[in-house]
Amino acid sequence: MSEASPAKAYALHLGVIALLFALSFVLPAYHHGLLARIMVLAVFAMGYNMLFGYVGLLSLGHAMFFSAGLYGAGLTVYHFGWSVPAAFAAGLACGALLALAIGLLALRTSGVAFMIVTMMFAQVFYLVILYFAAWTGGDQGLVVPQPARILVLGSASLDLTNPTVRYMSALALFSIVLLVTLAIVRSRYGRVLVAIRENEGRTKMLGYDTFSNKLAAVVVSGAICAASGAAYALLFGYVGSSFASVQYSILPLLWVLLGGIATTLGPLIGTLFMYYVVDVTSGYTSAYLLIVGIALILLVLFFPKGILGTIRQRWLGWLP
Amino acid sequence: MTDKNGFFDLSKTSFTRRTALKGLAAGAGLAVAPGFVRYSQAQSSAPIKIGFQSHRTGIGAAYGRWYEKTTAAAVKAINDAGGINGRPVEVIIEDDGTDPGRGAEVVGKFATQHKTDIVYGTLFSHVVIGSAPAAGEAKIPYFVVSEGHHVASTKLNRYVFQPGITDVKSQIQSMAPWIAANAGKKVTQIFPDFAFGYDHRDYLPPALKAQGAEVIAQIAIPPTESSFTKYFPQIPAETEVIYHVMVGPAVLTFVKELGEFYGSNRPQLFGFIDSLEATDINSPGLEFLDGSHFWEGSPRYAQPDDSPAQKAYRAAVGIDDNGAAVGDPKDVSTAAHMFGCWETLYVVKKAMEDAGYKGPEDRTKLVEATEALTEFAEGPEHPQGPKTFNGKIHQCFGIQNISKVEGGRLNVVHKTKIEDGLYEPEGDYTTQAL
Repeated sequence: MSEASPAKAYALHLGVIALLFALSFVLPAYHHGLLARIMVLAVFAMGYNMLFGYVGLLSLGHAMFFSAGLYGAGLTVYHFGWSVPAAFAAGLACGALLALAIGLLALRTSGVAFMIVTMMFAQVFYLVILYFAAWTGGDQGLVVPQPARILVLGSASLDLTNPTVRYMSALALFSIVLLVTLAIVRSRYGRVLVAIRENEGRTKMLGYDTFSNKLAAVVVSGAICAASGAAYALLFGYVGSSFASVQYSILPLLWVLLGGIATTLGPLIGTLFMYYVVDVTSGYTSAYLLIVGIALILLVLFFPKGILGTIRQRWLGWLP
Repeated sequence: MTDKNGFFDLSKTSFTRRTALKGLAAGAGLAVAPGFVRYSQAQSSAPIKIGFQSHRTGIGAAYGRWYEKTTAAAVKAINDAGGINGRPVEVIIEDDGTDPGRGAEVVGKFATQHKTDIVYGTLFSHVVIGSAPAAGEAKIPYFVVSEGHHVASTKLNRYVFQPGITDVKSQIQSMAPWIAANAGKKVTQIFPDFAFGYDHRDYLPPALKAQGAEVIAQIAIPPTESSFTKYFPQIPAETEVIYHVMVGPAVLTFVKELGEFYGSNRPQLFGFIDSLEATDINSPGLEFLDGSHFWEGSPRYAQPDDSPAQKAYRAAVGIDDNGAAVGDPKDVSTAAHMFGCWETLYVVKKAMEDAGYKGPEDRTKLVEATEALTEFAEGPEHPQGPKTFNGKIHQCFGIQNISKVEGGRLNVVHKTKIEDGLYEPEGDYTTQAL
């Protein structure tokens, strides 16, 4: 991977943000709403990519971080009537704390064992949600009341159920996380994470505390996923246990693999691609998952490193 | 009509691999998506478009398939009789994968891409609850056929209605008098450890108590369980009735193991047919159910006293006397629930006609007209039986059937009264702004 000037990398990312901003004014209503949802879930994928792409830790339990944010925000609004910013902060804190606790335990393992341990913790988290059904709504979930989804900023108030406000809120979250991710991966800390991924033993020999660095990465990753979950609850108004199921641990893996592992923009591309393949093909056949499967096989054949990963390998080596 | 900004016009797009790499492929592909078909006719002749949120895939697929058949039959009957307000009805189906996240997207797709007049047809509770916010925000009436108590709980919003099928709280409450009088006074409940089971866990004990009976044990079984033998010793010896509502593919094992546990000397069994919808009652392993009783919304098997309306409904949907598809005895229907699709569509018809509904601009009028409905008489439009409708909680109330398994079929032995299932409203949707 050749090095790009910071200006070039930031210009590309700001360009993507500008494009998403511009799309808000030209997209038909349905795609406008769908893209807002995709941006929120792309944040989930970016959080996953932070750990999987840059540290090389394959987790099968990230649904728990997403749903920690989802429930952290949703339940504080539903049961305690917290404001939107406080609920979002609660979601974020839940995800970060959970990631810290899980990281302390799961990082004692690596490889396949790490995958299994994270999956088991996520399953525990899922069952805990079902167990406390009186609070969480169990498998049916809860609706976050519409009047509570209003963001009050001084004298102004923003109704998060309004499509434009929702889109811009999703874009704001996406942009912040994208730029933070870019800053992290370009920082010294980001280099250490890549070094751990490439050869942990050598990194340790060079004097780095790999456990602490990995733990920090788990917390950052968990916090980003929780931010996505909290935003999902507040922007779309539903909190449900299906988001804690194993399916939602596999989806970000798929989105990242599709878009390009260890690329900052790959998660967005992967999420966008998967969403539209499902959306378009399900209009034609109930066997749409078969078509999704074929699309995935073709991608693996022609874009083995994911869409952006392959582009970086073949043409644009400077892509972060 | 074409897309005004040309954004999705495939003909104007150079569709090369390079452009695909730039991320335009998904957008361009949408040009041929079904949702972009638009009607250019004058509104008076354009069809009323109903967005059917169907469980085509996922855990609800067996229900979804029969909901689609019933819907197609009802729409044909409505169109043959002149449609709604003289306009034909067109149903647009989207699969929600029985997933609440996708469900919300599908509601959005109906409202903003297909531009349907209403959304309709959802069964599974978590999908209804997940989709309801999207319907409320898009201000599109959302008519569900779910039997969950979520609509009547008034925790959703003013755009969500359930006028074609009773809710589970009402169903459970209606069963209590018959159980106490005919099956026994000491009841042990076995239910799945998730929300569907909790409705039964929470609503049955007070209903039985009011009838002088009691629940003496409640056994919750985790949804991941595949063998049940270890739970049966928890059933108290003095149990007179086992009330079971196990659902999902494990039900055959559950019944078989219960039979092995008790042999020929068993307590009375009472269950909800939800466990065995789309399943042949004569499947191997279900012999133990012979002589037991089930709740049925609408009877699966043709009954000697079926009304002409019930007979016509069964013929229109295409189910034989055994409740299976005509010509395919193994394709057993979801008869206890799917009548709700038929009846809901006729409620929509009535409400649209009352409101003088012309198009999406009249959606609030449609909501108010639906809320103003109070009674549905038994007949071709409501073949399951008469119903009342409470506009404040957006929920209908009706009769229930209790059927006995005998001779390899379900025979109705008791029909409840509407009053048996009434309860105090828990809120009032009409106080919410439209």
